[in-house]
Amino acid sequence: MSSKDLAISVQGLSKAYTLVHNTESHTRAAEALLYKLKNPFRSAERTEEFWALKDVSFDIAQGEVVGIIGRNGAGKSTLLKIISRVTAPTEGEIRLYGRVGSLLEVGTGFHPELTGRENIFMNGSILGMTRREIARKFDAIVDFSGVEAFLDTPVKRYSSGMYVRLAFAVAANLEPEILIVDEVLAVGDAEFQKKCLGKMSEVAGQGRTVLFVSHNMPTVLNLCSRVLMLKEGHIALEGPGEEVVAEYMRQVIRGGAEVGLDQHPGRTPGSEKILKALGLRNKSGAPATSLRMGEDFSLEMHYDAGRPLSSPRCGIGIYNHLGIRVVSFATFFDGDYRAPEWSQAGTLRCLVNGVHFTPGLYFVTVTFGDAHSDLDRVEQASSFEVTPWDVFQTGVIPRPDQGVVYAPCQQWEQEEAGS
Amino acid sequence: MDITTPNTTKPHLVIRPSKGWQALNLRELWRFRDLFFSLAERDVKLRYRQTALGVIWVVIQPLIAAGIFSFVFGRVARLPSDGVPYLVFSYAGLLGWNAFQNTVTKASASLVQNQALISKTFFPRILLPLSLLCSTLIDFGVALIMMGVLMAVYGIAPTAGLLLLPVWLLLILMLAAGIGLYASAVAVTYRDVLHVVPVAMQMLLYASPIAYSVTAVPARWHALYMLNPLSGLLEGFRWSLLGRGPLPLGSLAYAAVVSLGVLLAGAIVFQKMERRFADVV
Repeated sequence: MSSKDLAISVQGLSKAYTLVHNTESHTRAAEALLYKLKNPFRSAERTEEFWALKDVSFDIAQGEVVGIIGRNGAGKSTLLKIISRVTAPTEGEIRLYGRVGSLLEVGTGFHPELTGRENIFMNGSILGMTRREIARKFDAIVDFSGVEAFLDTPVKRYSSGMYVRLAFAVAANLEPEILIVDEVLAVGDAEFQKKCLGKMSEVAGQGRTVLFVSHNMPTVLNLCSRVLMLKEGHIALEGPGEEVVAEYMRQVIRGGAEVGLDQHPGRTPGSEKILKALGLRNKSGAPATSLRMGEDFSLEMHYDAGRPLSSPRCGIGIYNHLGIRVVSFATFFDGDYRAPEWSQAGTLRCLVNGVHFTPGLYFVTVTFGDAHSDLDRVEQASSFEVTPWDVFQTGVIPRPDQGVVYAPCQQWEQEEAGS
Repeated sequence: MDITTPNTTKPHLVIRPSKGWQALNLRELWRFRDLFFSLAERDVKLRYRQTALGVIWVVIQPLIAAGIFSFVFGRVARLPSDGVPYLVFSYAGLLGWNAFQNTVTKASASLVQNQALISKTFFPRILLPLSLLCSTLIDFGVALIMMGVLMAVYGIAPTAGLLLLPVWLLLILMLAAGIGLYASAVAVTYRDVLHVVPVAMQMLLYASPIAYSVTAVPARWHALYMLNPLSGLLEGFRWSLLGRGPLPLGSLAYAAVVSLGVLLAGAIVFQKMERRFADVV
C-alpha cells in the first residue's frame, strides 16, 4: 500500500486532564480570589494530572473501517474527541487526509422548540454542512428518518424514537471522507439500529474511512476490518477484528467460581448496586471455573437491594468469545417459578440442564429487576471455560468453528439408492 | 503493506497541542459561515415563539422604561433634557443602551447555555456569542421604528447627524461584543460571571447618560464620568437622533479607541481559552 492512501495518522498522541481536588477547588471567583490573596505565591489548587491517553500512535488507510474497543475510561471517547477537534491534545500530532465528519452524540444541537425541518438545518450546519448541501440532501434525510408527517411539528412533541431517527438521519447523510462515530447506536429500536448499521456499511462500501467506537462486539466484527483495543490510555492490541475482540473478551472479563459485583466495571451506569456476587457451580454443586462439554451447571446470584422489592426477577445472557449472545435464562421463562411477593436480599439460583456449548470461553451478563423495571445490570459479569469432552464417545470432539452449540442426540439414517 | 512510511502528500489538517496565542482562523470561520446564520436564526425564532405579542415586546419594554425615567427624572427630579420631551430623550438613550446591554448579557451566557454543543461538536466557538448580534440588530431596527414614531408625534425633525448613527451603533456593539466575549469565556470556568453581569449592567445603566443628560453631571465629576466609554457613545447616539447640543468629538474619539481595544482584547482572550472549553464546561 502506498503512502498516499493514508487517511489518518496519529503520532505520539497524549491527553492529560487536570483533576482539581475538592478540598481546594474554587469554582467561585470569590473563593479563588480570597485564596490568591491569602496565598499569593502558592498555586491556587492542588491538582493531579490524569492521562486519558498516553503516547498513542497508529495509521489508518483510506477506505478502512476501524473499530475502537476498550472498557469505560480506556480513552476511546477522548481519542475521538481529539480527532474531531472538540478538545486539544496535550502532546503529539494527528494528520488528517480528508474532510472529517464526526458524530459523537445523536441529536447534538437539536432544540425542542424548533420544528423537525428547522432542526435538520440547525443540526446539519453544526455537523459542518453548508445550507445548500443540507437542502440538497433534505429529501434523503426525511426519507431515512420516516417522520415526514411531523416535519413542521416542534421536536418536543416527538416520541423519543422519532427524535433519534431524525437525528441519526441528518448525521447519516453527512458525506465526509473520514467518518467518526462514537457509540451512538445504543439508542433506538432494533429495526432502526439495523438501518443505521446498513448505512454505515454503505458509507464504508463507498471507500470512505470509518472510525468507530462500540461496546457491541458483533457489530464491531461485522463492520470492521481492523480493531484497536485501548486500555488505560494506550493501545493494548491492534489487528484483525476476531483476534482483538477475542482478546478483549478474555482480558476484560473476570473469571472465577465466585465473582464479587460490588465494584464491577461492567455495571450499566445508573444501575442500583443490587447484585452482590455471581457464582458458578458444577453438576455436583461445587464451585467451578470451568465445565466439561455437556455438563449441567447452576448460576447463583446474591442480591441485596436494601429495601423490599416486589416480585424480584432475573435474566441471564450467555455470550461466546465474539460477544454473540448464545442463550438466555430468565425467571419468567420458568413456568414453575414463583417469585416471592416481597424480597429484600437473598440468593437466586438457576439450574441449567442440557445446554451444549462447544469448547471455548463464555461470558455471563446478569440483569436484575422488580415487578416494574430493570434495576441493575452487570454486563460480562463473569466468564467460564467449557473444556473438550468426548461427548459422542467416538473420539471426535465438535470444534467451536463447527458451531456455538452441538446437538448431542443426532441420529443418522441412510437409505441406499435403488434397493 | 507499509503505511508508516513518511507521507509526502499534504494533509488536509494537522492537529497539534495548542500553544501560545493564536490568530483568529478566518478560513475556518468562513467554512462555518452557514452555522453563524443557523445559530442567529435559531436565536431569533426561539425568542418570541409561544409569546402572544412577539416582537412587540422589543418596543414595549423600552417604552415603559422611558416612561418611568421621564416621570422620575423629568417630573420628580426635574432634570434637564436638552429641550426635548423627556420621554423621547430617555427613549433615545435606551435605544443605544439596550443594544449594548442585550449583547453583553446574551453573549456572556452563550457558551454555558450551549454546553452540549461545545463538548460534542467542533466549530469555531466564537460563533456562539457573535451570532447573537443578529437578533440584537433586528430588535434595534424595530425599536428604531418606534423612535421615528415618537419623533413624528413630538414634531422633532431628523438632522443630517442621523447619518452617523450607524457609526455609534457599531462602536457600541464592538464594546459590547468585546465584553461579552471575555465574560462568556470566563463564565465557562466561573459561573459567577452570570450573576455579576446583571448587577454590573444595572450599575452601568445609572452610570451612563441614559435616564439623564451629561449636563446634569456635576462639573467636578465630569472627567471621571467621561471615563465610561458609553458616556460619549450614548451622547453621540442621542446627538444623531435628536440633533441637540454639540457633538462630543473628544469623548467619542476616546470611546472609539476603547471599543476597538476591548473588542480585540476580548477576542484574543476568547481565542486563547477556546480550546479548553470542552474540557471545563
